[in-house]
Amino acid sequence: MNILLDVSVSHLGGAIGAGLAAIGAGIGIGQIGKGAVDAIARQPEASNDIRANMILTAAFVEGVALFAVIAGLLAVLKA
Amino acid sequence: MQGNWLKSLLVATLGVFFLSLSMTGLANDHGGAEKLDPAKLIMEHIQDAHDFHFFTLQKKDGTEFHATVPLPVIVYSNTKGLSVFSSSQFHHGHSAYNGYHLEEGKIHAEDPNEKIIDLSITKNVVQMLIALTILVVLMVAIANKYKKGQGVQSAPKGWQNAIEPVITFVRDEVAKPNLAGKYQKYLPYLLTVFFFILINNIFGLLPGSANVTGNIAFTIVLGVVSFFVILFSTNKHFWGHIFWYPGVPVVVKLLIMLPVELLGVFTKPFALIVRLFANMVAGHIIILSFITLIFIFGSMNAIAGWGFSPMSVLFAVFIYLIEIMVAFIQAFIFTNLTAVFIGQAFEGEHHEEAHH
Repeated sequence: MNILLDVSVSHLGGAIGAGLAAIGAGIGIGQIGKGAVDAIARQPEASNDIRANMILTAAFVEGVALFAVIAGLLAVLKA
Repeated sequence: MQGNWLKSLLVATLGVFFLSLSMTGLANDHGGAEKLDPAKLIMEHIQDAHDFHFFTLQKKDGTEFHATVPLPVIVYSNTKGLSVFSSSQFHHGHSAYNGYHLEEGKIHAEDPNEKIIDLSITKNVVQMLIALTILVVLMVAIANKYKKGQGVQSAPKGWQNAIEPVITFVRDEVAKPNLAGKYQKYLPYLLTVFFFILINNIFGLLPGSANVTGNIAFTIVLGVVSFFVILFSTNKHFWGHIFWYPGVPVVVKLLIMLPVELLGVFTKPFALIVRLFANMVAGHIIILSFITLIFIFGSMNAIAGWGFSPMSVLFAVFIYLIEIMVAFIQAFIFTNLTAVFIGQAFEGEHHEEAHH
């Protein structure tokens, strides 16, 4: 039981959390890409608008993933 | 021509800056290479510092040559009063001066009972001042050109060509759709925030510069200012929705919607703060990690270090290109979301269309 109270476990938690956040970001941005490519295939004239919206939404999803990275960093750096 | 005096001003400012390069070759005698600590190395490059450190050369006789520009340290303590001195007196953290010493980039007093307030001109302050100067000088010059009619009745010239599409973009894509009717009042703030974040993002990518937008204090201030702008644009309808959310049972109204909506007022600027900070810091950490990988490989085996460096540089260049895109995107997102929240603050009654 005492091994779980060691500082290294919080480091482990931080790193695993950041990795999970990367998975989440990958899935999210992949879905955005899929939706964007499908939409461009349906209507190639709108591809500029679709591209702009895709990049904007991807930045939002990445922002959320980076919240989790910051939390992981805090878990590692603040002992 | 107005472009010329602007160029001369920039050359003069940067010239004075670099002419004060310090040549402290004497202070460092580490006696052999220190053990490579990648985490500390990366953290040093991300955090604020009291000097601009560009590079360090190992001279043949073992001492090091640091190419640094030391910045003034201004410390106020309750016992010693105001002290102003150059940060080169600290000799990169190895010596104490006037009862203060530098530990991990922060100034500590030797006397544990002394309280100090650190008001130094650090890297971030210098970079913000440079960004401020460039922004003010550039925009005032362009505005004067417009006042004289250049670009109004005739084709725009010079910097007007570069800045006009950006300002039109912020006005037509960010301000007008979100702030229908009252966008003129908010356009100065939105444009200032956009350009200030953009310039500091771009500067932060240059090697040796300060990581201003990746500093939580900077983004907190921007977020708090946006928060107050949003607060001052709220109307009765907005607060009515928060305290008495329409269309739900009274129990839900008070127990769930009230805390959620109240929290929502604060979480929106908080998300702005953390989003900008996290994106910039993450980008810098990735670039620094790739470069530090070279040194990690190099400390194991010199050939491995040299052999790995093309890969590392390639990845670093790739990430750099992404970071340039992120610099623009994050400035745009901060501005866009601020505009959206301000718009939400003063929108009136919804037209109850059929939502289903």
